[in-house]
Amino acid sequence: MPENLYKVNINEYMLPGNRACQGCGLSLAYRYVLKALRENTILTIPASCLTVLHGLYPITSVTIPCINCTFASTAASASGIVAGLNALNRSDITVVAVAGDGGTYDIGIQALSGAAERGTDFIFVCYDNEGYMNTGTQRSSATPLGALTTTTPVLTKQQHKKDMMKIMEAHDLPYLATTSPSYPVDLYDKFVRAKRIKGTRYLQIAAPCPPGWVYPPKDTVKIGRLAVETGIVVLFEIENGKFRFTGRSKTMAEKGSKLPVINYMERQGRFRKMSIEQLRQVQRWVDVRWNEYLRRAEN
Amino acid sequence: MADVQIMTGNSAAAIAVKLSHVQVVAAYPITPSTSIPETLSQYIESGELKAEFIRVESEHSALTVCISASTVGARVFTATSSHGLLYMHEQLHWAAGSRLPIVLCCANRGVGAPWSIFNDQQDSIAQRDTGWIQIYCRNNQEIIDTVIQAYRIAEEVYIPVMVCYDGFVLSHTMMPVEIPDADMVSDFLPPYKPHTIVSPENPKNINPVIFPWRRLNAEGVLCDGYMEMRYKLQKALDDARDVIISTSRTYADVFGRDHGGMLWTYKTEDAEIILAGIGSVASEATVAADTLRDEGIRAGVVGIRVFRPFPKEEVKEVFKQANAILVFEKDISYGYEGALCADIKAAFYGTGIKAPVHNYIAGLGGRDVKAREIAEATRASLDEIASGHTEPKTIWLNCHTG
Repeated sequence: MPENLYKVNINEYMLPGNRACQGCGLSLAYRYVLKALRENTILTIPASCLTVLHGLYPITSVTIPCINCTFASTAASASGIVAGLNALNRSDITVVAVAGDGGTYDIGIQALSGAAERGTDFIFVCYDNEGYMNTGTQRSSATPLGALTTTTPVLTKQQHKKDMMKIMEAHDLPYLATTSPSYPVDLYDKFVRAKRIKGTRYLQIAAPCPPGWVYPPKDTVKIGRLAVETGIVVLFEIENGKFRFTGRSKTMAEKGSKLPVINYMERQGRFRKMSIEQLRQVQRWVDVRWNEYLRRAEN
Repeated sequence: MADVQIMTGNSAAAIAVKLSHVQVVAAYPITPSTSIPETLSQYIESGELKAEFIRVESEHSALTVCISASTVGARVFTATSSHGLLYMHEQLHWAAGSRLPIVLCCANRGVGAPWSIFNDQQDSIAQRDTGWIQIYCRNNQEIIDTVIQAYRIAEEVYIPVMVCYDGFVLSHTMMPVEIPDADMVSDFLPPYKPHTIVSPENPKNINPVIFPWRRLNAEGVLCDGYMEMRYKLQKALDDARDVIISTSRTYADVFGRDHGGMLWTYKTEDAEIILAGIGSVASEATVAADTLRDEGIRAGVVGIRVFRPFPKEEVKEVFKQANAILVFEKDISYGYEGALCADIKAAFYGTGIKAPVHNYIAGLGGRDVKAREIAEATRASLDEIASGHTEPKTIWLNCHTG
């Protein structure tokens, strides 16, 4: 495990000049995801921002083999790759599915739940940019309360985001983790760990999105940090049922420090129509969950 | 010594899958196809067939598993019916677009709403334009032989093949079936070679976003655009005709059974009236043809074995001498007529075939189609044509339309 970035795999698998937006949180994270997974990997990805990042035929920006699949089918596609490789006695390859929050929380959840219940030996990665960003910022079940999207354009989203980690934990997985591109070493460590474990592993990347969240592209890392420092995003891992804070969240839990959510929300145009009541609701939602995590970490 | 056993159509399909050394099976239960994956589970869990069985949570995932497993180089199989096939629709397109030699058995069943578990062919006919080869069987012997042929065809032309047969009428009906010798099947069916090797040693991005126009790759080579790829699939379907025919002939040479290439005929040589159909309804029509011949009506039957690619050349030939053509089919293209009838008539365009064509929509949702009823319908059509009414017509057989 690298204690710092100098010890990270120096090979690059995501080449420069890809089609991701300026300041894309996914592309920051994805670079380290691939570094941790290394060469002996087959990817499968559905329609998403990542399809765009991977490039348009016949050029690709990623040097790891990738099988594109339909929106609802990501985890089933991974199941098929695993089954095919097993049948051909090529079980040394890590199969990794990467989908957005739409492809995970919404249209992909059935296939994901099925693959997880079957204990399929693969890593499922959800990069959560909290909406259908590739189609132009529509509401998903991962969109936070109070956010403007093109399908919640006046009233903002009225519901909290779905707790996908809880849903996936209910599948009794050997490994689950949350990550942020603002903390690349923490992210890298978790993918290295995930690669070594057998069975269904589920990792989430909280990926800030400048056009969708409406903030300047230069602020992606800052926004990602604020998400963690306010407790909106909590960095943790659950290995064989054992919960553990990691990285910045661990320090915060030890010191008992947590910034108010307003510090995070005021920097994003998507929250500009949020009411005071909604802000209070989000703060309560964050506090309740944070306390739950603290309790779990103590046990 | 031939190994003949009494079995259902679904058993015949499962045995064919075993004989074809399929490596990955993925399936979701749906009546009437369910006993295929049940039988295959038995083979796989008992070690009789060395394969991965993925018990997926939906038909959409069943075909997805087949797509990805086939992409990495495994021979794959799935089976379904009715709503299961409809739920696969998106993946049917994806499989054909990916040019993967997947074989799928469809035990044909009607489509809701309202619910019907019984037989018609609306499910697979509605998948006509997904880019799959569709082969229809008329009895259980054809099922076992056609599934084996389907792998050889699919892996030669890189197009998925749907082997269709009537639910319950064949899927659950016991008939004597000669089981081909396992070693002879292995010789007939060489191991699957994928068109693209997916491997970390040679990374590729398979099926990414593609522009409408052609585009240079990193080496400066001009590569296909979307339309070129679509054209290649269409051309491959057209060219598959010769492969289907030659595979059928080779199979006949090896195993002694020829079920027809693109279509089969029954007593058409001297026929004045030809009854046409797909699958078991065409078998039933042969009984009707014999009855009609006993009455002095020279009837013959054309069974369309391959619906896609459509046997346009064969159709022009076999209907040439007919004075009247009756198409019986278990599907309807709503707002027009039966899909088979429309295709047959389109194939006649510009030829000398001017015979009146009557289209009988029959047996939807499992309504029985008896040989006697086909014979009666034929007599009625002949009377009408004899009285000078020769325009095309669609008649709902044995259906209260008042």
